[in-house]
Amino acid sequence: MLEKDLVIVGGGPAGMAAAISAYENGVSDILLLERDQYLGGILNQCVHTSFGISYFKEVLTGPEYSGRFINKVKAIDKIEISLKSFAVNLTKDKILTFIKPGLIQKLKAKALIMATGARERTREMLHIPGARPAGIFSAGLAQKLINIEGLLPGKEVVIAGSGDIGLIMARRFVLEGAKVKAVIEIQKQARGLVRNVVQCVEDFEIPFYLQHKISRIYGKNRVERIDVARVDENFQEIAGTKFQLECDTLLISVGLIPENELIEMAQAKMDKKTNTPVSNELNKTSIAGLFVCGNAFRIYDLVDSVTKDSVLAGRQAAEYLIRGSGRTIPAGLK
Amino acid sequence: MNKNLTCIECPKSCELIVDIENCRVVKVSGNQCKAGESYCLAEIENPMRVLTSAVLGEGLALKMIPVRTDRPLPKAKLLEAMAEIKKIRINKPVKPGDVIVNNFLGLGVDLIATRECL
Ligand code: SF4
Repeated sequence: MLEKDLVIVGGGPAGMAAAISAYENGVSDILLLERDQYLGGILNQCVHTSFGISYFKEVLTGPEYSGRFINKVKAIDKIEISLKSFAVNLTKDKILTFIKPGLIQKLKAKALIMATGARERTREMLHIPGARPAGIFSAGLAQKLINIEGLLPGKEVVIAGSGDIGLIMARRFVLEGAKVKAVIEIQKQARGLVRNVVQCVEDFEIPFYLQHKISRIYGKNRVERIDVARVDENFQEIAGTKFQLECDTLLISVGLIPENELIEMAQAKMDKKTNTPVSNELNKTSIAGLFVCGNAFRIYDLVDSVTKDSVLAGRQAAEYLIRGSGRTIPAGLK
Repeated sequence: MNKNLTCIECPKSCELIVDIENCRVVKVSGNQCKAGESYCLAEIENPMRVLTSAVLGEGLALKMIPVRTDRPLPKAKLLEAMAEIKKIRINKPVKPGDVIVNNFLGLGVDLIATRECL
């Protein structure tokens, strides 16, 4: 079977930082798998600014931030990049199977770093009753449609939840000429950063309803309107507070869940509530030599912190490989 | 007169108190760094924002090429700037930082690409 010293699954900011760091710490046989046709991960669609302030001391957009790592990764010939490569199976002996067009590849990795990121929570997790028409999108999907595909998913938009992606998309829809009728958050305060409330919601005078929830969705083929109601301390609807909003699009922005199906397959110990590995140390799992970094390990607010912690993951994997080969760890690992 | 503002210059989102006399900022408190002060000055006297968006590519590997202004422009001009961005087409390969439009809308800012596209 094909063998690799280090396989990294995921070519977003976490995977790229881990790959560069592993190389800089002496690993010379690295395979980086990315399921998309480009490196960069979710940052490619985050065209807004505010990345890089702590890591680069500069204000960058998502593509600029990831672009710097893409250039660096591509310049290192010891990192083999495999695009359109989707990992489908992992065993506890670190045998990984991935598919890419025209190929199923099984290989044995001495060490593995999973940088598989997170996916968005969906409407199903919100338990909104009512019809199931078209026009309900997760905020990140709408972001991809607008910024990558150049398609505007709707004209009259309501945003459920106030995570950062939802707030950013409120502004993006307004700039694209749509009307954003409301941002609705069940909690007492915004989930996302205050700066995003200011520059994405308040700047465009979008109504922001805290302690409110969407209590019903109406629409035959496409979303037509929704019921909104105020909630009490226990998130129960307060009678007599219900009102309706007409809209053709509902965005869901209620947070992220780490994507960790592969390490679960490998029988790493999991915390089912957070869908993250049970671990007493950053980036580690219950399986020696299997590391998890970035949003897959825990949900981060800032990509700068993802980079910092993923650099550590690269070093941890390097140390593991050096120990496994019976050599002593040289002083001055980065 | 005192006004409360949230600084948007970095994710710390400091809550600022601005002391304003005769439409002029006389004192800023609550900021953790100097950028908070200049943010208040601009925000009270002429609010500015960096505009980010994406421009349609023609005959290139990417359909949409992300762009931004290299410096902030007046907040009041954002929608006008967006209308202009919709008219632009990019038909040559670009790198991050390449100027797409010089002196965009005569505002003294350049519109630049933010992603490599071959
Ligand atoms: S005052 Fe300084 S530290 Fe505070 S939010 Fe503004 S830029 Fe950040």
